[in-house]
Amino acid sequence: MSALIQRLNGAPFVRDMAGPGFAFLAVLIVFSLASPQFLSGATFGSVAFQLPELGLLTLAMLMPIITGGFNLAVTFTANMAGLTVAWILEANGGVDASPEVFAFAVVVAIGVGALAGFVMGLVIAFTRAHPILVSLSMMIFLRGLGEFLTRGGDVSGFPEFLHPIGHGSILGIPVPMLVFLVCVALWHLLLSRSRLGFNTYMIGSNIEATRYSGINTRRVVILVYTLSGAMCAIAGIIMMARFNSVRVGHGESYVLITVLACFLGGVHPDGGFGKALPVFVALIDLQMLSSGLNILGANQHLATAVWGLLLITVMISRWLVLRLRSNFASSRR
Amino acid sequence: MVKFIRTHGTESALLAVIVVISFVLSLVTDRYFTVGNAFDLLNTSSVNIIFAVGLLVVLISGGIDISFAVAASVAQYGTALFIAWIGGGNWAIGLIIAGSIGIGLGCLNAALIQGFAIPSIVVSISTFNVFFGLLMFFTKGVSIYDLPDWLTEHVVLYERQLADGSWIEISLPVLVMAICVVATWTLVTRTTIGRQLYAFGDNPEGARRFGVNIAAMRFIAFGWLGLMAGIAGLVQAHYAQEVVPNALYGRELDVLAAVVLGGARLGGGKGTVLGCVLGVMLTQITQNGLNLMGVSPFAFKMIVGAIILIAITLSNARIERLLPFLSRKGA
Repeated sequence: MSALIQRLNGAPFVRDMAGPGFAFLAVLIVFSLASPQFLSGATFGSVAFQLPELGLLTLAMLMPIITGGFNLAVTFTANMAGLTVAWILEANGGVDASPEVFAFAVVVAIGVGALAGFVMGLVIAFTRAHPILVSLSMMIFLRGLGEFLTRGGDVSGFPEFLHPIGHGSILGIPVPMLVFLVCVALWHLLLSRSRLGFNTYMIGSNIEATRYSGINTRRVVILVYTLSGAMCAIAGIIMMARFNSVRVGHGESYVLITVLACFLGGVHPDGGFGKALPVFVALIDLQMLSSGLNILGANQHLATAVWGLLLITVMISRWLVLRLRSNFASSRR
Repeated sequence: MVKFIRTHGTESALLAVIVVISFVLSLVTDRYFTVGNAFDLLNTSSVNIIFAVGLLVVLISGGIDISFAVAASVAQYGTALFIAWIGGGNWAIGLIIAGSIGIGLGCLNAALIQGFAIPSIVVSISTFNVFFGLLMFFTKGVSIYDLPDWLTEHVVLYERQLADGSWIEISLPVLVMAICVVATWTLVTRTTIGRQLYAFGDNPEGARRFGVNIAAMRFIAFGWLGLMAGIAGLVQAHYAQEVVPNALYGRELDVLAAVVLGGARLGGGKGTVLGCVLGVMLTQITQNGLNLMGVSPFAFKMIVGAIILIAITLSNARIERLLPFLSRKGA
């Protein structure tokens, strides 16, 4: 046992994957036993279609959490980006808008998302106000702005070619899932291979020490929140294509779920630690859990409660493992 | 005056912002600066202030809680079911039941944080989902409208007609709020436990070495927030005259923003009851003022959000440098 633990200690990838991987196996086994329908293509199809919305928003939440902050404005930033696309399409012929217009709209929407993130980053970097408060007020502001501009209604009527983006498949993989996979790969590379990624971890560990070692921490923080906003915009566009309409408040309940997914994926709440791939596995856990409960006839509310219980269980087992490990260490001494 | 500004930077800044907003509102509307409106403001802010002072205690102790608003919904629903079951009841029984459910849920949070060394934000996000998910699952989202008379009856403790014919009144929620505010103020400023809470929030390890009972601090802070949440839940049911399981969903973030705006520090050791009340009042006054000015309700949140964003930007941008100017204006 102790040899196994020692080997686990030596392999960072295995250690990071332990929590979400364990949860993955547990969910898989429990539901396969409970329902013969669970291990089927249909389940994995529904997981693959539903995962990207929550997944992209979680990626947007991930980088700020690693810096020791939060971006609670993720869902409403996504809504604003979706609205931007919808309005540009509407102004250019609605149902008859051309693909070029859509491409232009996507670029503008990502710009809008990035702008929201940029403003948050600016305030956080220069005033040192707590990110929870800054992103919270941005969230309240964006929700208000969106409700003011749409009067609480929804915008719909999009060109036909948008349908495949939300519902189509390429080589059996849903298009939203492909977008999501590309974004996961991008985030993984950014965090593990780039200078920005390295600085992100450093800031999360100790922002003052990072500043004294000559890194422009303000620039990094602003960049992190800007990228987070841009990722929200991509989520917003996918959500628009999936629902075939945009309404402020779509996906509102995802905010705290994205935080939950990050923690389940082993991201440290105070920042400094956390990787994209374990978070990806954690997201699959959550979605499988909700699909499995669905098959068993439970509703989304029960799934929400079970998500919470899953996180508590993972945290308690992590505590137990740490305790066991320190017991072994002291008994060997 | 100068001394107060120097020792209470955030509170003075908030007060100044409230004065400026009130001044502008009294110029552009004729309804704002009336005694009646001031009492309306008190009545509508009660629930949020009760939540806010509870959350303040947890923030002072260095924790954070997201689950209190849905915990209040659970307490509200549980109490409604209980009083329907015993058939009757009164305010004392209602408050005891709601308070107990709240304390129980708060202590559950504290037990998870203390027992398994899980950060409070992780625990409260989990329990937020557990409380809300289970509440919606078991109640199937069904609201309770059939409440006993004592709970729905509008209780007026003091009312008077003013010379201009308008009525002012102090209703029960205001009294409950006042008791909660005074009790919390006493707890954090006038008791040893309060001093220990600040010490624990500022430096947990240091406080432990001085002999502060860490576990007790956690249970007191989260238990107190649970108590306040239970009370606020019942008061909200009284105010709205109905129990809707998802009525308070989303309230937690608004309250958190107001409390932190009032100078409480996420990270612990800092925060005052006055600042926290002013933080809630600022957001309420803004909404009330916009309403009186005839601004579209759809724009409320947008403007409130912008004001909070500007307020935190200003209050964090070297408040000391603004102080000489502020104190001269005040003198």
